[in-house]
Amino acid sequence: MQGIKTLRTDNRVSLGVYSLEKSFPNGRFPLGCMHELIVNRAENASATNGFVSGIVSRLMQLSGLCVWIGTVRNIFPGALKGFGIDPDKIIFIDLKKDKDVLYATEEALKCNKVTAVIAEVKNISFKESRRFQLAAEQSRVTGFIIRNNPHSLNTIACVSRWCITSIKSDLPDGMPGVGFARWQVELLKIRNGTPGKWNIEWSANAFHEIKQNNDAMTHEELRKIG
Amino acid sequence: MQQRFIAIWFRHLKTDRMIARKPQLKNIPFVLVLPDHGRMRITEASAVVRSKGITNNMLLADARIIFPAIEVIDDNDDLANRLLKKIALWCIRFTPVVAVDLPNGIILDTTGCTHLWGSEEVYLKVIINRLKEFGFHIRAAMADTIGAAWAISRYGKTKAIIETGKHIEALMNLPAAALRLDVHQLDKLHKLGLHTISSFMNMQRSVLRRRFGEHFLLQLDYALGNKEEIIQPVIPVEAYHERLHCMENIQTKTGIEIALKRLLEEICRRLQKEGKGLRRASFKAYRIDDKTEEISIVTNHASNNTHHLFKLFELKIATIEPALGIELFTLDALKVEDIITIQETFWTANNSLESIEVAELLDNLQSKFGNDIVHRYLPDEHHLPERSVKEATSLKEKSLIEWRTDKLRPIQLLHQPQRIEVTAPIPDYPPMNFTYKGKLHKVLKADACERIEAEWWIDAGLHRDYYIVEDEEGKRYWLYRLGHYTDAYKPSWFLHGFFA
Repeated sequence: MQGIKTLRTDNRVSLGVYSLEKSFPNGRFPLGCMHELIVNRAENASATNGFVSGIVSRLMQLSGLCVWIGTVRNIFPGALKGFGIDPDKIIFIDLKKDKDVLYATEEALKCNKVTAVIAEVKNISFKESRRFQLAAEQSRVTGFIIRNNPHSLNTIACVSRWCITSIKSDLPDGMPGVGFARWQVELLKIRNGTPGKWNIEWSANAFHEIKQNNDAMTHEELRKIG
Repeated sequence: MQQRFIAIWFRHLKTDRMIARKPQLKNIPFVLVLPDHGRMRITEASAVVRSKGITNNMLLADARIIFPAIEVIDDNDDLANRLLKKIALWCIRFTPVVAVDLPNGIILDTTGCTHLWGSEEVYLKVIINRLKEFGFHIRAAMADTIGAAWAISRYGKTKAIIETGKHIEALMNLPAAALRLDVHQLDKLHKLGLHTISSFMNMQRSVLRRRFGEHFLLQLDYALGNKEEIIQPVIPVEAYHERLHCMENIQTKTGIEIALKRLLEEICRRLQKEGKGLRRASFKAYRIDDKTEEISIVTNHASNNTHHLFKLFELKIATIEPALGIELFTLDALKVEDIITIQETFWTANNSLESIEVAELLDNLQSKFGNDIVHRYLPDEHHLPERSVKEATSLKEKSLIEWRTDKLRPIQLLHQPQRIEVTAPIPDYPPMNFTYKGKLHKVLKADACERIEAEWWIDAGLHRDYYIVEDEEGKRYWLYRLGHYTDAYKPSWFLHGFFA
């Protein structure tokens, strides 16, 4: 299967949500490849960052190192501990131009001592993403491209495309106050898997699926274009 | 060849050095002090203070009674050693073997060196004059043995240079203290009426040993030359410097690359042998029109990997302008550190900040985009969110405190809190709605307030009351109110972050 390959030496990464993992090929979160996350509105950027942090914390469970590359960074390192990551294990690289981000991302993906690379870019072409994917397959580094408000949703060479939207939180028994972070996670595309949509909450350092029907916005248009 | 030694006594080493550094101290009465059993003891007094009758080893309190207007400067235990080592290294121009003689002297082995200056007189005079130019008050003497030279420099009254074979004669009339003996032995000698060296020099050795011990005889033997004294010469650190002359002028990029590779190989071979790696290096190209082109690199980890270092330099080779040609290349390792070799692991899962590959990745990126692009954060003990993280200075730096998880913090924090318009019930309730970037958000849920005081010991300011709120779309925000509502003051509200 092109682009997705499971090695025996790979650590088994479990996201802890069965219905979500069922849609991945072989029921396992694909490692050593690129994942794409689309942020269509500025308000959803924090939700996307939170979701990625949650996944990366699973990848970095034993030990590891993550490189976070971007141009404008608002990430507050102190909050990452709440997503199960040791913030001092993350190296932030702040660059000026998107072009520099692409260069740095490719270099980082080639370094096999890095567990995960997160790149925040606005626009990326297919050719560049293909280079990323090949580098990731070679080094077994898992990469995430967060596309902030892209001009066009062109297809790029990633094994998956996600869209994360924050939705209303809920506390049990109608208690007042703000609850745990809760998102609508849309898996728009997945190579050799089944796309789907789930409501997922981050609490007690783990993902939990919320079963109730929450009528948040849909993103039909994204699926059509992508 | 007859061995010859010079002993130099720095009579006021530290104060001389301080006055040389800061000439305005010359007329100021100052002393250097060190704490000693809960008192301050004077280790060295300046010339002005000495003229008032205050001596070294006096207590500061006693000295102040004699002369109240004393300026006090803290001494350092290691200062004398450092200064003497520096002076000894400087003296290598006179002889290759120079040793530090604590607490206040140096010893030069001048065997076979003096004729280069003409004669021993000229040689010694040059050394004394040069050191006096630096502002040191010194006394120096030359003799056949270290012990004799030491004795003459401290206690000799007639001449500084003792001719070969005459040192025993010269020692005869000197006091016993000239033999570098300790206080108890000196007391004992005085008690017995043995004031000069001549009075016990020819006594039976067994008698002397029984009364004064082995150390005493050893010092006597050193001075008389019956036994050779071993000194530990200072060894100068050889600079990590390589140069390459070119037979013909180099004008091409390939030529520069070959030169750089050669120099890197040379320097890395030496670094590998010594178990060291470089952190900063500069590569210079000397052009035939007398101009110098320079490129330099900085690394995150000490590295002696030729390939990696070349890669770092490679990006900058384009900035070298060869013009008419380059005739000489030099490479300097400006900062060198020990390499800590960590045991290789079998599988790649054990990724860590210590790995060389990561350091090399960051080197590559920093050499391309500048040194300020890489950031890593550690927790800091502050409550204000913007101060609760601090930047790590190196990849290896570890935090002494844990990351806090008891208070919820937004994953995105604005560098500059944004002012918002709110409708809020007073005095302390979360807002009912707020306007951010022209859009009205209705607050449906909110958490109780978390008050964070401004840190008055750093800067003044009002406290902030933080609220976590959720709007009708399910987006979560971190808002705060600056200060209290009062009759006169209407506090403003800010948006500071976004929760996931």
